[in-house]
Amino acid sequence: MSILEVQNLTKKFGGITANQDVSMTVEKNSITAVIGPNGAGKTTYFNMITGVYQPTSGTILLNNEKLNGLKPHEVSKKGIARTFQNIRLFSEMSVLENVLVGMHTHIKAGLIGILFNLPAIRKEEKASEVKAYQLLEYVGLAPLLNEKACNLSYGAQRRLEIARALAAKPTVLLLDEPAAGMNPKETNELTQLIKKMRQEYNLTIILIEHDMKLVMEISEHIVVLDHGEKIAEGKPEHIRNNPKVIEAYLGSGAVQAG
Amino acid sequence: MKSLWKKYKQNKLVQGILLLIYISITSLSLFMAQKSVTAFLLLLSSLLLLYFTNFKNLTKWLIAGIVLVFLLPFTASNGDAYQSYMEVATLVGIYISMALGLNIVVGMAGLLDLGFIAFFAVGAYTYGIFATVQASNFMPFGTFPLSGESFWLFILIGCFVAALFGILLGIPVLRVKGDYLAIVTLGFGEIIRIIFNNLDRPVNITNGAMGIPSVTPPRLFGIDFLYPSQFYYIVLVILLFTIFTVRRFEHSKIGRSWKAVRENEIAAQAMGVPLVRTKLMAFAIGASFSGMMGVVFAAKQAFVDPTSFTLLESITILVMVILGGMGSVPGVILGAAVMTILNLQVLTEVTSWLNQLNSTGAFSIPDALSPSKMQRLIFGLLLILFALYRPKGLLPAKNHVYNEKELQEGSAKENKGKQEVMPDHSQIEKAQEV
Ligand SMILES: Nc1ncnc2c1ncn2[C@@H]1O[C@H](COP(=O)(O)OP(=O)(O)O)[C@@H](O)[C@H]1O
Ligand SMILES: [Mg+2]
Repeated sequence: MSILEVQNLTKKFGGITANQDVSMTVEKNSITAVIGPNGAGKTTYFNMITGVYQPTSGTILLNNEKLNGLKPHEVSKKGIARTFQNIRLFSEMSVLENVLVGMHTHIKAGLIGILFNLPAIRKEEKASEVKAYQLLEYVGLAPLLNEKACNLSYGAQRRLEIARALAAKPTVLLLDEPAAGMNPKETNELTQLIKKMRQEYNLTIILIEHDMKLVMEISEHIVVLDHGEKIAEGKPEHIRNNPKVIEAYLGSGAVQAG
Repeated sequence: MKSLWKKYKQNKLVQGILLLIYISITSLSLFMAQKSVTAFLLLLSSLLLLYFTNFKNLTKWLIAGIVLVFLLPFTASNGDAYQSYMEVATLVGIYISMALGLNIVVGMAGLLDLGFIAFFAVGAYTYGIFATVQASNFMPFGTFPLSGESFWLFILIGCFVAALFGILLGIPVLRVKGDYLAIVTLGFGEIIRIIFNNLDRPVNITNGAMGIPSVTPPRLFGIDFLYPSQFYYIVLVILLFTIFTVRRFEHSKIGRSWKAVRENEIAAQAMGVPLVRTKLMAFAIGASFSGMMGVVFAAKQAFVDPTSFTLLESITILVMVILGGMGSVPGVILGAAVMTILNLQVLTEVTSWLNQLNSTGAFSIPDALSPSKMQRLIFGLLLILFALYRPKGLLPAKNHVYNEKELQEGSAKENKGKQEVMPDHSQIEKAQEV
């Protein structure tokens, strides 16, 4: 059963066409990878799905519901969460607070309740803190709960972004280059984490990644973009040997080097 | 020396004794002295000493309450300068409230606002117009001025009207960011002042540049509030309310969303934080503090005119926030207190001292260089010094420290709960065997 349906998505920035008629169907509880060389339009594609950019044309359907025209926070409410290629944490806030912001939609407290510090609000806040802490335990950052987010190591920041996204209780999770800047050991741990997350949180995951080992290991479906267009799509073993993909990804003449 | 300091930092008893001695000496000297600004200021700074003790929060609030409600007014009441001290204390309270309001907008939500005094003006005029005959110029019904009892209601009205203006300002302004936002808010502040300055024609609503005189004093149980020593208590109550409100918001969903928007708008939105709503809420709540104090200010001065609400006032409040520490509630309180006292007490004291020297002929200084006229220069210098040496302010903002042990226990408890609900496979197998 498909959960996300993207139809003919096009995005133009003035003269640049960042995405041209890109379509894809994402199966529920699957892991899909979007790959392609730098500047291919992958991040732009994510930005359109999450409402950061409005597509020039095309449709995005989540469970057959149109997402076009929604603001990013409304898309988040519909159940799509994401991480960012250039890490976007709330750097001056503590690690735990970062995760708590992720819970924003699920914390019911209103102006009056907060002002009068009603018992129900206090209880909700305490429960949220515990939940946030559990998410930190899940990604292995629990001992750093009171640390400022900007003081974390690169790999830890990436994991914090994942914990924060999980806090929003998404059904679809978009990861933009989650392994970028990680060493092989960290990448390996991340691979395991992604697999585990999909299982335990019943997630549908779409990820942009350059690390081909990771991509081939965990994805069931791969979409390849080049110059804003989809040049191939299919199972990993299918994509691995596609000459068009090899050429786009490595550039002509680089085939033997790879 | 260092070890002594360490011991002091750990020992509550020593801290308590020292604090007690300090408060006794300063309040006694304030009581005995006929006119000693120093004693007055030293007694006030006992609150700073209190802030740095290790006492429980409730204890700190209790001690601060005793000092502010009883000790300070009582010991000051013995000298001739009683009302002038209370005037300073009242203004300190007013400025702290406003700085706390601006701190929400600038410090927490990260929206640089250079027209913040406009909301104070809105509050002041709201009461000023209806508590004088001014309102009868355009109101088709009712008799004006309203009685002094209405003042208490007007604190609430001022709060809401200012919040409304905050939202009205916010809606068009929030399309712009950073420097542009600063310029637009600056314009807004000036526009409000100029409107009040010119709203005497065709219908005389604000009496223009002449200002609105003889504002009805507040009245409670048949007593009129006329003196600073009386307004002091009104301000104290509102100030307490603002501090509690800010504290509540700061560590709640709302405060976190303000900070998230400040830190990264795109990530905040992706996490479900509605940008416009969050920013408008910051503007409205920040403005409402100013609005309430505006009402008090109008009643205290018994006179409202546009010159009280210039750009320099907006800048002064901003300087308080920056000096104290953007986003830090204790810092902003300290910053506002220091700036107000510097402005009202220290500069005027130094001026009168220099004048004395002048008259005795010991020393001559041109009038243009008198310290009270160099307020802007001094603010500027302070800002530069702080930007260079203490960019995060006197008491930098700190994140809430969560109790790790408590969270660990909470987490463990919940995990256990889950396991009990979902029996593991071995149990199911056993059940099947049976
Ligand atoms: N906001 C923008 N304005 C103008 N051009 C943009 C914008 N965002 C992306 N682009 C352009 O779109 C193209 C695709 O960028 P991007 O989606 O970031 O690629 P990728 O993530 O695949 O490396 C690039 O040429 C980039 O310069
Ligand atoms: Mg990218």
